[in-house]
Amino acid sequence: MGASYGRGGATQYLQDLANSDCIVIQGSNMAECHPVGFQWVEEAKQRGARVIHVDPRFTRTSAVADRHIPIRAGSDIVLLGALINHVLSKDLWFQEYVRNYTNASFLVSEKFLDTEDLDGLFSGYDEELTAYDMSSWAYQSSDPGAAEGGEGADSLGGENAKADKAQEQDEDSDSSPGTIGSADSSHPHGQTQSGASSGESHGSGGPSLEHARVKRDETLQDPRCVFQLLKKHYARYTPEMVKRICGIDEEDFAYLADSLASNSGRDRTSAFCYAVGWTQHTDGVQIIRTAAILQLLLGNVGRPGGGIMALRGHASIQGSTDIPTLYNILPGYLPMPLAGQQDDWDTYINSIGNKKQKGFWANSDAYMVCLMKSWWGDAATKENDWAFNYLPKLTGAHGTYQTVMSMMHGGVGGYFIVGQNPAVGSANGRLQRLGMAKLDWLVVRDFQLIESATWWKDGPEIESGELETEKIGTEVFFLPAATHTEKAGSFTQTQRLLQWRDKAVNPPGDAQSDLQFFYLLGQKIRQRVADSGDPRDRPLLDLTWDYPVDDEGEIVPQSVLREINGRHLAGPKAGQMLGSYLDMKADGSTSGGCWIYTGVYADSVNHAADRVSRHDQDDVAAKWGWAWPANRRILYNRASADPDGKPWSERKKLVWWDPDEKKWTGKDVPDFVPTTAPDYRAPEDAGGPEALDGNDPFVMQADGKGWLFAPRGLVDGPLPTHYEANESPVPNPLYGQQSNPTRVTFPGKRNLFAGAGRVRGTEVFPFVFTTYRLTEHHTAGGMSRWLPYLSELQPEMFCEVSPELAAERGLEPYGWATIVSPRAVIEARVLVTERMTPLEINGQTVHQVGVPYHWATGGTSAVVHGDSANDLIGIVLDPNVQIQESKVGSCDIRPGRRPTGPGREALLEEYQQRAGLIPGTSNQSLGKAHRADDPRRSEENGEEARQ
Amino acid sequence: MRFPTVKLPDARVSEWTARGAGALGKFWDHQLSGPTDPTRDAGWAASTKPRKGFFTDTSICIGCKACEVACKEWNHVPARPAEDNTPKLKESSYDNSGALGADTWRHVAFIEQDKVRVREARETGAAEAGIAPGSVPDAPLPQVRWLMSSDVCKHCTHAACLDVCPTGSLFRTEFGTVVVQNDVCNGCGYCVAACPFGVIERREAGTVTVGQKRGLPTPQQKVPEEGLAQKCTLCYDRIGADMEPACAHTCPTKSIKYGNHEDMVKLARERLSELHSQGVTEARLYGTNPDDGVGGTGSVFLLLDEPEVYGLPPDPVVTTADLPSMFRLAGVAGTAMIGVALAVFGAMGRAS
Repeated sequence: MGASYGRGGATQYLQDLANSDCIVIQGSNMAECHPVGFQWVEEAKQRGARVIHVDPRFTRTSAVADRHIPIRAGSDIVLLGALINHVLSKDLWFQEYVRNYTNASFLVSEKFLDTEDLDGLFSGYDEELTAYDMSSWAYQSSDPGAAEGGEGADSLGGENAKADKAQEQDEDSDSSPGTIGSADSSHPHGQTQSGASSGESHGSGGPSLEHARVKRDETLQDPRCVFQLLKKHYARYTPEMVKRICGIDEEDFAYLADSLASNSGRDRTSAFCYAVGWTQHTDGVQIIRTAAILQLLLGNVGRPGGGIMALRGHASIQGSTDIPTLYNILPGYLPMPLAGQQDDWDTYINSIGNKKQKGFWANSDAYMVCLMKSWWGDAATKENDWAFNYLPKLTGAHGTYQTVMSMMHGGVGGYFIVGQNPAVGSANGRLQRLGMAKLDWLVVRDFQLIESATWWKDGPEIESGELETEKIGTEVFFLPAATHTEKAGSFTQTQRLLQWRDKAVNPPGDAQSDLQFFYLLGQKIRQRVADSGDPRDRPLLDLTWDYPVDDEGEIVPQSVLREINGRHLAGPKAGQMLGSYLDMKADGSTSGGCWIYTGVYADSVNHAADRVSRHDQDDVAAKWGWAWPANRRILYNRASADPDGKPWSERKKLVWWDPDEKKWTGKDVPDFVPTTAPDYRAPEDAGGPEALDGNDPFVMQADGKGWLFAPRGLVDGPLPTHYEANESPVPNPLYGQQSNPTRVTFPGKRNLFAGAGRVRGTEVFPFVFTTYRLTEHHTAGGMSRWLPYLSELQPEMFCEVSPELAAERGLEPYGWATIVSPRAVIEARVLVTERMTPLEINGQTVHQVGVPYHWATGGTSAVVHGDSANDLIGIVLDPNVQIQESKVGSCDIRPGRRPTGPGREALLEEYQQRAGLIPGTSNQSLGKAHRADDPRRSEENGEEARQ
Repeated sequence: MRFPTVKLPDARVSEWTARGAGALGKFWDHQLSGPTDPTRDAGWAASTKPRKGFFTDTSICIGCKACEVACKEWNHVPARPAEDNTPKLKESSYDNSGALGADTWRHVAFIEQDKVRVREARETGAAEAGIAPGSVPDAPLPQVRWLMSSDVCKHCTHAACLDVCPTGSLFRTEFGTVVVQNDVCNGCGYCVAACPFGVIERREAGTVTVGQKRGLPTPQQKVPEEGLAQKCTLCYDRIGADMEPACAHTCPTKSIKYGNHEDMVKLARERLSELHSQGVTEARLYGTNPDDGVGGTGSVFLLLDEPEVYGLPPDPVVTTADLPSMFRLAGVAGTAMIGVALAVFGAMGRAS
């Protein structure tokens, strides 16, 4: 969503779902995994809203929805794309909204070629790099210097000239040729490919552009305008195609399409809710973007009851991307600098946000300086480029899976596991455990002796004989951790809301909070290097590590939130807290650890701890906790008013322009420059917030608009396109290109994949499996399998199959089944249920097997045990955010328990051989799905794979 | 948990005294069947609290089982004993608690149904409510339906468990609810047989897995209150402090509502008409009829199928309902027997 709207968080707050007229839950089992938030869906339903659940399985969410629509796992873009096509072809789009608030009218480079032209690829694909050069996806510049430049890409043809004319009539500013021609503007905007471009890095601020003077066609007729490109791109995404690829019949599709269309517009709004059912795919980011486009077309963004609710699976997952635990971003979604490309301050800052582009991202220099001042205090000066040399620079992808692969080759010495149980919770659990066996040391901080701490003595590989405890060189340290009730701090949850919690009890024994642990660790490391003259130790020694401690020697957690908020360092206000990120300066006179959080401690009050009951305030509930940015609850809420600044309707009123006061006002904090009038048109040479026109609601985007077409920011294409999962029994019916050509693969003999499409050997792994969570357990089980009250509610690992599949494979209800994927063999009890539906896909029956992933074997003193579903999953990643494809895989299922000891491995090998799997299978970036009825091609593929 | 032994309120003693033998017939009617206010009948003064109860609206239950866990947490109900201390699937969809019992005071049932069964439920519901076909919109029939319903002690208007309790361990609280006092219960089990809903149960002796100390082997502990009758107290200790019962407090969708019994019944009726008007004629209420065999229940429910489907008796009757007639019959029989005996003895006397 960062690339579409400018910020990577949910666009609204959960309570706002109660204002929706239609809620589509897709890619989420919201009632089971987010039961507390789900109360607002129930509330909406009781107010008359329609609730539709699209999911491979009929779950507890489906049980209370108005309708459940079963879908084949991994085919979401086809369904959402067909809805886009439906809305466009039936003229159901919200015209005034789309024309004013999106980039529908922007013209795209003549060099751009669509997947319709290239059978599943966009222009710019480099076979060697398996990556795109994005320059041809760029906008056409309206700068005169650009007209003949850019290798003729922007030459003004007759049509374009006509379009320009139309533009002049529609708008009296922003369209005439600019007078500033910088070096950058000789190319179409958005041309430069950035290796760091990724969805996650646009958590708060869209991709940068050189400037915002883009050629437009307000009539939306130019074949190069975004609107026409969109139409063409989705023209073949029809209800028939939905039936063929998703297995959804026409009546269900019509119901969904009508529900959305009739509940969108001036008076009504619809919302989407998704979770990891959308993200955990090799095209996960693009699934979300498809919904983002649809919501823009329907005019459902920035308005009460609209938007896209990104449901986060843990208490502070949003927080862990805002102040990240990710390798590629710094706090507040400032990108990590790239080694060799951004080695100096100016180059780096210009790569984040250009001063000439629109919106608040243009001030990224201030945000970055404040961060550096917050980390290195007086050691960060203008003269030393704010200690830019102290920052590590990225040399490539260093995600968790790259790290595990590196472990396998002995490339990682030590490993910290904090609040995670990768031996159970990460894809290809076996690789995770084998990787850890090659470390020098391992530190696990957790409440219990989880499997990631005990795999060396009781893991599945010890049982099978693949590993021997005596031969493992890894030194394992277990450090007890405090639970959330045993420490104070803040959570940032789904709706970007910071909520403070107090400590209820002291942690037992030696258990410590993470904050205390890392504070002390920092102290010890600094002591170690205190006398060092080595310049590489300067960043450590110069760190501001001067936190106050309480009577018990514990670091005061509020002091960290204060540091994050930022303070004035100089001038009359020195020492005072910053009020908002608008107070941040690029001259070193202010500090702030995460610019989007600035304001949480405004006036020295911890607003995360605000706790006015919702019964004592209006439904926006601004006095409960604090939401970033600037305590706004609905993002882009300028769009809740029409272009003239009046609410679209009384029913959906939120924020509006007060002509008397000459400012934006309303129930929520306006997400706009407070005094920019609706009819304001910025001068051409303006940059930053001053460059935002009165009708540019997407204030973090470089052009102020919602992006139907993303000229930059996504490495796998400007428009979402359906690709089959890496493992899929179905050949891609839409394109010759089977799977996402830019997906990240890790070919290897312990990370094998079944053939895709109907390549020879696919019949060995004929079924689709999908993994998920249950209400009763928490992810990899560290917080639930040790608790009797939770464990007894879901005591055993099971799988869910349809009665048809049970009959086909001879599976007994509640009996045992063995599930085999190309990576692992596991066993589970069988729930035979009509909640699982076989689907007719492209003329073949596709059975889906559901496997929850909470259990594991080993793990000292857990109350319940079982095989781990994540052992089944292979490692293949989305290229934008490096997330694994854990929602779709291929498997076989057979009655009875699995073999134990070496027999388990032998069964796996037998399957792998029968299917003819080699590391290359399904791991070529480019490639067609080879049909079973085409033996020549099948052979070819086999040859290819063997090379 | 332990409650203080309840001293009978003076009002109750005086009411009994005032009633005297002449009021006996009426007193029995009140106590054993038919509509009545159980709090007043129990002798609590009219000025005491209004009767409290639950309304469980199963149409918005999401089966999260938070009620089960919150109940156990608050009331220190132990985990259910498992063979080899290894809990197993109960082989009943997502339900692994089975039924209400000594260690399960809230129980969420999961029932999977096909389209045919849904149609039947819709028809029986319409028939029960007297809704003519075509008079409400035709709500679409789902292919599959998954019913979830959180069951609990009914806190009957006429509670058989209480009536048969020989020790006075079970008593009627000032909120009109029915509570066991562990320190009075002698474990005789009469209440277990008497309950028409199968709610109350004696806790088996044995050990139980308890929340462990971090990093130590999972400890086992002797079950608390072993052998004693156990059931929902409607969180007597919480409601006495003006707090909601734990289950209602934790329920994320407010499927479990708590309040004055009168308001709960009203709310249930309103929700029923709302659903009926939407064509959801399978909806029906359970426990709201004061003329039923238990005089209506303190915990009322909105169900989406017939009660049997959820494991609830369709027509529960308090086992002591027949006591007055049994008493009269016994009286008649006794009198007759005395008469016969006298006659026999008389005859014998004459004969001798």
